[in-house]
Amino acid sequence: MPELTITDLRRIMQECAGQDESTDMDGGSLHSSFETLGYDSLALLEASSVIERSYGIKLPDDTVLDAQMTPGELLALVNTALTARTP
Amino acid sequence: MSAHPVVTGLGVAAPTGLGADEHWAATLAGRGAIGPITAFDAGRYPSALAGEVNGFDAREHLPGRLLPQTDRMTRLALAAAAWAIDDARLRPAEMPEFGMGVVTAGAFGGFEFGQRELEALWKRGPEHVSAYQSFAWFYAVNTGQISIRHGMRGPSGVVVTEQAGGLDAFAMARRQIRRGTPIMVTGGMDSSLCPWGWIAQLANGRVSRSADPRRAYLPFDEAACGYVPGEGGALLVLEDAAAAADRGATVYGAVAGYGATFDPHPRSGRPPGLRRAAETALRDAGLDPGDVDLVLADGAGVPELDRVEAEAITGLFGRGGVPVSVPKTMTGRLYSGGAALDVATALLALRDQRIPPTVNVGRPRAGHGLDLVVDRPREAHLSNVLVLARGLGGFNAALVVRR
Repeated sequence: MPELTITDLRRIMQECAGQDESTDMDGGSLHSSFETLGYDSLALLEASSVIERSYGIKLPDDTVLDAQMTPGELLALVNTALTARTP
Repeated sequence: MSAHPVVTGLGVAAPTGLGADEHWAATLAGRGAIGPITAFDAGRYPSALAGEVNGFDAREHLPGRLLPQTDRMTRLALAAAAWAIDDARLRPAEMPEFGMGVVTAGAFGGFEFGQRELEALWKRGPEHVSAYQSFAWFYAVNTGQISIRHGMRGPSGVVVTEQAGGLDAFAMARRQIRRGTPIMVTGGMDSSLCPWGWIAQLANGRVSRSADPRRAYLPFDEAACGYVPGEGGALLVLEDAAAAADRGATVYGAVAGYGATFDPHPRSGRPPGLRRAAETALRDAGLDPGDVDLVLADGAGVPELDRVEAEAITGLFGRGGVPVSVPKTMTGRLYSGGAALDVATALLALRDQRIPPTVNVGRPRAGHGLDLVVDRPREAHLSNVLVLARGLGGFNAALVVRR
């Protein structure tokens, strides 16, 4: 069963929104908001669109566009959608 | 009225070089930067020459976070703005954020970015279009990105008047300074060397079809045959004179006068507006024509437009009455970036008391009656320089910079 890991998410965020020395997602940033990590709502929109395409799922726009969300919450959201899709 | 606002920082990203020093050295040496387009395969188009900015790797100049969301024109603008701010020895983070604004000129927008996303749309579908397309294509995005990056939250804007925009931006910035915003980043930057942008540029019918980089763009020459497009421009720091003096800033010169007009309909029988724009700028600066030491001309490179400009200049200054130069013969016409780059060049000319040359123009049309400075720089006493610019569709602008 496919699963989105923090490593996958870090790679997707870097591809979508670029990489800065100043902020980088790691295991320790699971519970910081995307905003704190330096990602705005467009970066999240871009990333969620890539996740939807790559994993064949649909995420609710309003949830994903909330920059107060944390990487941990996004992982949970995606993996719930993936589980629901698996027969 | 307070003293004229002054320029305290220069940022240049042009075919002639990255940074004001490189640009000025190449300009004085008469090193033409027009050549075959390398940005895309232009072989199938009727024109294939441009002035390209060489050696600009955005990764060396910008934080990684800005790369996925910026078109090339914005990357050039962000780099040039940062150089201008550094040159002015400004630390925006330590200044009142509402005391700094940004006004840029933009003619096209992020065409290369936009073309890539259009390709994604029709090849792969709407879900493949970048979320950043929402603003990366926009001709106002340079203002927004510079403002965000440096925390400049004062009055800001964008002007869209093609080649005249590079001067109109200075006028808008000056207005904001007079209204109480002491620091403005202003100028223009355009880059749209991609098939989608190229087609849009060729559509005006004025782009030269010559394949010879030395013969393709010859303003005021017997053999004038259109212009060569280019990319790049300049961003400058324009500052309230008292504020600049208070912080001991180095001053390149002042923006002393400005005028803008709009041409009448070609069949109206009324004269074009360029001369009136120049007269207005001189009046605004409190100068007589005899006070002007140099004119950096618009230099359309289209015979009829060259004649109109020559008549405007000789009408004001007399035949051979003032040195005239078109350093953009080295870069091509940069749209919004062109006149802004001319302003930077004018300030460097004032600093070094040298008139930059016009290159490749071997047979200036005698009937024009212009004292054209060709091939090599000319030493001169320079106090006031008049910069002229015309934008496609009838825009005329004139700016006086003073030592």
